[in-house]
Amino acid sequence: MKRPLAVSVVGLLLAAAGIAAAQQDLAAYVSGDRRSGFTFLAPETRALQTDEFRNPGMLWVEEGERLWSVAPPGGQSCAGCHKDAAVSMKGVAASYPAYDEEQKHVINLEQQINQCRGRQKQPALAWESRELLALTAYVGRQSLGMPVAVKIDGPAAQSFARGKEEYEMRRGQLDLSCAACHESQVGAKLRAEVISQGQMNGFPIYRQLWQTMGSSHRMIAWCNEAVRAETYPAGSQEYVDLELYAKWRGRGLPVETPAVRR
Amino acid sequence: MLVPVTVVADGIPQPLMDKPGDARRGRVIAANSDRGNCLICHALPIAEAPVFGDLGPDLRGVGSRLSAAQIRLRLVDPKRQNPDTIMPAYYRTEGLYRVARAYAGQPMLAAQDIEDIVAYLKTVTGE
Ligand code: HEC
Ligand code: HEC
Repeated sequence: MKRPLAVSVVGLLLAAAGIAAAQQDLAAYVSGDRRSGFTFLAPETRALQTDEFRNPGMLWVEEGERLWSVAPPGGQSCAGCHKDAAVSMKGVAASYPAYDEEQKHVINLEQQINQCRGRQKQPALAWESRELLALTAYVGRQSLGMPVAVKIDGPAAQSFARGKEEYEMRRGQLDLSCAACHESQVGAKLRAEVISQGQMNGFPIYRQLWQTMGSSHRMIAWCNEAVRAETYPAGSQEYVDLELYAKWRGRGLPVETPAVRR
Repeated sequence: MLVPVTVVADGIPQPLMDKPGDARRGRVIAANSDRGNCLICHALPIAEAPVFGDLGPDLRGVGSRLSAAQIRLRLVDPKRQNPDTIMPAYYRTEGLYRVARAYAGQPMLAAQDIEDIVAYLKTVTGE
């Protein structure tokens, strides 16, 4: 069948414009050779993340916002010390894990929140508890779109070096390192799963496979289990070090909390 | 304890077990995601499997390309052929780091499973 030339040219131009727009959208999720997990997702999943009314992780952000100003019995609320999170927490998640002067080692955002729980005279919140995920997601959201920039020198240097070593160490019955998948096999398919660069700019993430939110340490443990390796406990220094290294790998990528992943 | 193996050139000519491999059983083990889980990385002519990974080469036709001895080495311990490979060793327990307790000291597959998969892959000749 013959189509009028003019119509097909217009069609082609429109299609090209559509592709260009989609590529431009993705450009915000790329920094140098670093690509967010977002760029590996199907368009429907991307749309779910960017629409804050449909992003299922926003339920945790809202819960975190509520918890922010709840004063525990005999203690102060987060807001009591930090006031407006939109001001005081802006950029915080982009810079964690970070060296902590009090603890004298690098800690991650969940651990910082639990340190503040201590100041509130409250017991630490459990890893993967609704409250800890909610507060982490709420604090993380205040850095939305800001470039990841963690410090790896000075007192963080040792933690960074250990994290890099862990990242490159083959492990488990399958004898694979993090780098074996997330550096050497980026874009390849493990069955139906497309391997991304394993970036850490979206945590905590809403993972469709889990049907819930999960912390960065839950994700690392999941990857460890996939290669049949012994996991470390969430909050272990090994995972904090790995998280610091992995976060640095994604320097410049925008904070996406709460990211939606497969 | 693992059956000792002897590598000759780029293969292991001697079967690990006296009982000959059962190709039908090998096909099942290769496809099973708790056993061989080969399809996570390779394509094989297994029509009922919906998707194949592509970390490893397409194995359709592998039975014409490689001898049983070559296939056996690539299953037992592909690192003896290529130290940098990402393919796991299916019959090795030494030199691994932080193996999960549930699997510690055990190879990924038993000697008979290896022979069954070798027999199966030798039947995978055409498309
Ligand atoms: C056998 C392959 C494999 C290994 C080894 C592996 N991963 Fe993963 N990883 C995956 C798959 C599959 C996913 C889900 C799809 C994706 O985002 O890549 C994933 C996802 C991730 C994500 C989430 C990325 C995002 O965009 O939210 C992080 C972070 C991650 N991995 C870190 C690690 C770390 C750290 C290690 C080592 C301790 C590791 N991985 C080892 C396969 C692997
Ligand atoms: C984590 C990925 C992975 C898994 C799981 C895996 N392989 Fe492989 N396999 C590879 C890669 C990569 C190669 C390419 C050779 C190399 O890297 O040295 C390969 C090569 C091979 C070869 C040689 C092919 C040729 O044409 O030379 C055979 C045979 C083979 N695999 C069989 C299997 C079987 C059978 C299983 C399951 C019991 C399996 N593989 C599981 C990644 C994998």
